[in-house]
Amino acid sequence: MSDAKAVADRLVKAKRLNALLTPSKDLRKSLAAQEAAARPTGVLYGMPVSVKDNICTLEFTTTCGSRILEGYQSPYEATAVAKLKAAGALIAGKTNCDEFAMGSSTEHSAYGRVLHPLDKTRVPGGSSGGSAALVAAGAVPAALGSETGGSVRQPAAFCGVVGMKPTYGRVSRYGLVAFGSSLDQIGVFGRSVHDAARVLSVISGRDPRDSTCEDRDPLRLPTVPESLQGFVIGLPREYFPAELDPAVRRACERAIRLIKELGAAVREVSLPHTPYAVPTYYVIAPAEASSNLARYDGVRYGPRFNGSADVRSLYRSTRGQGFGAEVRRRIMIGTYVLSAGYYDAYYKRAQQMRALIAQDFRNAFDRGVDLLFTPTVPSPAFKAGEKLSDPIAMYMSDIFTVTANLAGLPAMSLPIGRVKGLPIGGQLIGQAFLEDEMIEAAYALERVVPATEEA
Amino acid sequence: MTTAAWETVIGLETHVQLRTKSKMFCGCATAFGAPPNTQVCPVCLGLPGALPAPNGAAIGLAVRGALALGCTVHPRSIFARKNYFYPDLPKGYQISQFDQPLATSGTLSFVSAERGFVTATIVRLHLEEDAGKSVHDRFPKATAVDLNRSGVPLIEIVSGPDLRSPAEARAYLQTLKQLLEYIGISDCDMEKGSLRVDANVSVRRAGETALNTRTEVKNINAFSFVEKALTVERDRQIALVESGGSVTQQTMLYDSKENTVRPQRSKEESHDYRYFPEPDLPPLVLTPEFVAEQQSELPELPAAKRDRFVAAYALTREHATVVTSSRAVADYYEHVVHAGAEPQAAANWVMTEALADAKDHQEQLRVAPGALAQIIALVKGGTLSNQAAKKVFGEVAAKGGEPRTIAEALGLIQVADSNVVAGWVTDVLGAHAPEVGRYKNGETKLMAFFVGQVMRASKGKADPKLAQRVLEEKLAS
Repeated sequence: MSDAKAVADRLVKAKRLNALLTPSKDLRKSLAAQEAAARPTGVLYGMPVSVKDNICTLEFTTTCGSRILEGYQSPYEATAVAKLKAAGALIAGKTNCDEFAMGSSTEHSAYGRVLHPLDKTRVPGGSSGGSAALVAAGAVPAALGSETGGSVRQPAAFCGVVGMKPTYGRVSRYGLVAFGSSLDQIGVFGRSVHDAARVLSVISGRDPRDSTCEDRDPLRLPTVPESLQGFVIGLPREYFPAELDPAVRRACERAIRLIKELGAAVREVSLPHTPYAVPTYYVIAPAEASSNLARYDGVRYGPRFNGSADVRSLYRSTRGQGFGAEVRRRIMIGTYVLSAGYYDAYYKRAQQMRALIAQDFRNAFDRGVDLLFTPTVPSPAFKAGEKLSDPIAMYMSDIFTVTANLAGLPAMSLPIGRVKGLPIGGQLIGQAFLEDEMIEAAYALERVVPATEEA
Repeated sequence: MTTAAWETVIGLETHVQLRTKSKMFCGCATAFGAPPNTQVCPVCLGLPGALPAPNGAAIGLAVRGALALGCTVHPRSIFARKNYFYPDLPKGYQISQFDQPLATSGTLSFVSAERGFVTATIVRLHLEEDAGKSVHDRFPKATAVDLNRSGVPLIEIVSGPDLRSPAEARAYLQTLKQLLEYIGISDCDMEKGSLRVDANVSVRRAGETALNTRTEVKNINAFSFVEKALTVERDRQIALVESGGSVTQQTMLYDSKENTVRPQRSKEESHDYRYFPEPDLPPLVLTPEFVAEQQSELPELPAAKRDRFVAAYALTREHATVVTSSRAVADYYEHVVHAGAEPQAAANWVMTEALADAKDHQEQLRVAPGALAQIIALVKGGTLSNQAAKKVFGEVAAKGGEPRTIAEALGLIQVADSNVVAGWVTDVLGAHAPEVGRYKNGETKLMAFFVGQVMRASKGKADPKLAQRVLEEKLAS
């Protein structure tokens, strides 16, 4: 399909984006070795797939965009990566990301921010910004990212590529460095729905190493449909608020018109607990993160940031200097909400709200809706630095995406137009383990939507 | 100090390593004594991205333990993370169970020296993984960490505050250990760390019913220290309160070399474990079939066996408790009875000679059940005196062989021939004329003296009953 040298050349050419953390020399060497070893019978034979740097690989270091894992070489590889390799794919370097996947702009990486491929003053979204940017720049046809609250769909929307997050439990998390374990899923970026879907199909399926991964066969890809006759698409009114960016609204309305023209029935629905999703997410995800990140203490691996003999000061300086400000902020929030005396007020209530949010979706699906269509993000890609001093504004960028993570549902973003040259993403949210229906609708919409035209 | 005016209240938290080949959440071996950090993998090292996968065998053994303690086994329980920082805790949290444990509300009965038969409540039994081991004495000025033990499956068994003395705590623990060994879920070896105990201790004036402030005693790392450590702590609390002070809730560390307790430095204590449900593991759901299967794997439990022995063999509950203290002893006892021994005599022999001999010989019951039954029969039939029988027992234990043959070889067979006995009696009476006179003047308690003299003259071979009868005849004439 494509030889190792050409793959490496394309990636090296995209270097100015700072999307790839793997040094060019290591990349060229590994790609050549991988190509020689790849099985020609695999369904992804020769396909280069870049991998977010919070997914463990044997080929390259896994730093999670953090100083605390600088130079860390995993002695094992993620199940998703092993499946890619078994299918003949080439692991095309590790991509830059917000530190430990915490962020919505890929500005929170210890290794510098990633540039938006279409406008270097803007962010590519995050946290999987490096993967999104590389696919958008045409350097690779597909890349792995990870989602905890929209970290694949939001950068996919910003960069104008397809981003898919499967149902929680569809893809093994083994080897995905944990952020919010009950929300985390590996997701896929693709130039097209088909590229993303076939990579997702390969990495999906049971894994005895991950107890939260469902005992199911890999996802079977649907065929491209002639129409959307018989589909009922719900439009949740909470996702089209009055203050929605007018250009985003225009792009969505155009897409909805096309969906109707394809023969689908369109129906307004309500997901009344949507306003609570972001606060709920920002209790649960940091709570789990505060525990998941406790292991980075300088004792067993990663750099140590002091010479003191006292273990407490080793912890303090390693974690104080090894983690960036956003990670430290979330560890503190998470520690607080799990503390004795606060647990019931925050963590327990957030879990209750999470259940209500999931119930909202079930209610909509129970009333005959097959899929939901929404904008992916309330606005196009914002300027670098614009939201760095205002974490809440940054968090609101996830307002339409965190719900699918909280409810564990499959969701994807696909490009549906542009505003002043910047891509706009439309989101499809499907029913648990019915990725095939979501992909079918995306195939149909992709064929008719003028993805690169102004809305 | 007036201990008698005080009552001690003790509850024990016992950690028991389950007897599995592999760890709780990964496939690493659990064998004891391997070189440091050779039984580890990404999961038990807590490497980035690794996830736990529960070991079904460990869950089965934990359920057996819970059933043996009469606990309610919950069809759905939840793993939880217990968060704290320590160098030998690789993930920064321990996977345990918190508000929804595997099992609750059981009992354990034991014999207390002070109160007789006591039933303690088991508040809860839950599954968890072990931490690694910090080694402070291997490298100068440095602590080394061995993670071979990290992730080894444990159950924690928490008793109610139902024990009333350090001796009772020891008896409880002994009984618990016997039970768990009995059902084969742990080797309960305190020296290898497969059984560890922490104690909650408080004191109150005799007659009081409310619980006072307690301390937690840790670092009791051998069986023989249980009673000592608790006695030291109890005495400390009583002395403190009697001198007008009050007990502070804190953790006390036992120092076995000094036989003292000292408060744990607050730095070493974690105040808030921030428990929350482990998101990497779904709820632990046990089907009725799985629980039934574990039930069917259990042998007859000591309590049931004890009750059966009381009913079937007419033993007292105390005797039955001793005889059922371990599976091996209980089986041995039943074999002796089945070989024809009278049940009470068999119990007496097992509780005294057999157990004493076993204690000196690596817990081996060296005399075959059939041989012991034969010895008992020889005593009953008047062929051997009790003294002689004990000699035969010792000889059979040491060298094996058939009891009667050995008794004959040692010349211990009682002489039941009244002519021979009469000869010894005549000699004895001839040699003790003054005593014969006193006896005839009404001092009949001298009979015991005469019998003793006959036994002595016969070198223990005379049948004492026959000797007495012949003595009575001769002295009456």
